[in-house]
Amino acid sequence: MKVDENKCLHCGGCVGSCPKNAIFLNDFVLEFNDDCIRCGICARLCPVDALSME
Amino acid sequence: MKTIKCDIVVVGAGPGGSMAAKFCAAGGLDTVLLEKKAEIGAPLRCAEGVSKKWLAEVGIEPDPVWIRGDMKGAIIKSPKGTAFQLDESKAGSEVGYVLERHLFDKALAKDAAEAGAKIMMRTSATGVIRGADGKIIGVKAKQMGEEIEILAKAVVAADGYESQVGRWAGIDTTLKLSDIDSCIQYRMCNLDVAPDFCEFVIGSVAPGGYVWIFPKGDGVANVGIGVMGSLCKKGADAKYYLDKFIAEDPRFAKAQCLEIMGGFVSTCPGLDCAVDDNIILVGDAARVIDPITGGGICHACRTGMYAGKVLVECAKKNDFSKEALMPYEKMWRDRMEDKLFRNWMAKERLATLDDDVIDDLIGMISGSDIKEVNVYNILKVVKEKYPQVVEGFEDLI
Ligand SMILES: Cc1cc2nc3c(=O)[nH]c(=O)nc-3n(C[C@H](O)[C@H](O)[C@H](O)COP(=O)(O)OP(=O)(O)OC[C@H]3O[C@@H](n4cnc5c(N)ncnc54)[C@H](O)[C@@H]3O)c2cc1C
Ligand code: SF4
Ligand code: SF4
Repeated sequence: MKVDENKCLHCGGCVGSCPKNAIFLNDFVLEFNDDCIRCGICARLCPVDALSME
Repeated sequence: MKTIKCDIVVVGAGPGGSMAAKFCAAGGLDTVLLEKKAEIGAPLRCAEGVSKKWLAEVGIEPDPVWIRGDMKGAIIKSPKGTAFQLDESKAGSEVGYVLERHLFDKALAKDAAEAGAKIMMRTSATGVIRGADGKIIGVKAKQMGEEIEILAKAVVAADGYESQVGRWAGIDTTLKLSDIDSCIQYRMCNLDVAPDFCEFVIGSVAPGGYVWIFPKGDGVANVGIGVMGSLCKKGADAKYYLDKFIAEDPRFAKAQCLEIMGGFVSTCPGLDCAVDDNIILVGDAARVIDPITGGGICHACRTGMYAGKVLVECAKKNDFSKEALMPYEKMWRDRMEDKLFRNWMAKERLATLDDDVIDDLIGMISGSDIKEVNVYNILKVVKEKYPQVVEGFEDLI
């Protein structure tokens, strides 16, 4: 997944919503691990449309 | 690698974690409280509205330091403008406070520290550690970039909505799409809103959620929205709906934004089971949050307190097995489960109502003699005219 750093609010919402627990928010950086199945849930729920498929 | 040994490690210094740490430490347990952020209570992820009654229940003394405003009432509006206003003129009205969350959360963490808990800031749990027998014996963490281990007899997962610690421990905290509300909030100034009324707008302005305006004094307010992602129009996110609401309401004509924040709330009735061997989940991490209001501060404080009390008892027998931790399950369920379930059902139904019905409902509520704005009282009124809305859970009303 690709994060638009200009939009992201670092709210952690995507982290808690990811069914694979594949995202980690460390300070102001979102990290995605290999468990991501590209389901798109995080992108759909982001309140500021900051996520997109790479 | 640096290794720290303690009795209890609590992950997350929100209200749930600080309360758990306070009760553990006060009960004589060697307690470590981890917080990944650089400041407890900030950045804000909250509208900061609470009722008052529960504070005494969890032993928190109201303190002007963290109370921003004492509300005189509440207003519930439909998108068509029909409003129900509850104020002091209704005898016995129970309204609430608007907090300064960054100070409230720090006050609770301070209480934990004074009880003896050791707070470790900028320390992010990154996984659980299991012993040779597979049981959880602590957490891995990064403290300002350095990898460390914290070994403990039990872990309290108080990591909020992100709820990763539970999942690392094998407890499924995944939510259904329809049990997630995405939120965005602006701290706005130059507002022409009532200084001591909390306002809620429900209906199509916020699919599956609501818009809130919680005053912070001096023409400043928290103006936010929660929406159910699955009900939003294609291509529309929470920000789209909030911006639209603000653009259409003349009270915001001169408004300026001072702060933007996001955050999610779960709107399910809580986890099926919030304990396992050597681990307890509290607050948002346990998905214990009111599915209609999204209010979770009181739930986090209660569950944190229960967890602390139960862990102190477990320590007496040195047994932190799932079975030994089950009294925690019983405590939070006895206190909150019925209400969480009722509000979860009500949330599902309310999300299906159109603006005309909502308008009519708010009209009905205005004509009733409700003395306290809470979901229970509102559902009681709804039940009279729209029994179908509460069908299947009437017994809980
Ligand atoms: C937009 C919005 C508005 C809200 N408005 C209200 C309201 O008006 N009234 C109300 O009662 N409730 C409200 N809530 C809900 C309320 O904020 C939460 O229910 C409450 O904060 C839950 O407390 P908690 O201790 O469980 O979690 P949190 O307060 O979220 O605390 C969790 C803590 O854990 C830390 N953490 C997370 N992961 C790790 C890790 N791996 N390692 C170390 N630390 C970690 C976080 O940094 C955080 O400090 C709102 C929520 C949102 C999103
Ligand atoms: S949900 Fe969106 S705004 Fe929030 S942390 Fe994820 S990408 Fe950033
Ligand atoms: S696409 Fe799905 S699996 Fe991948 S990070 Fe987003 S929510 Fe998780």
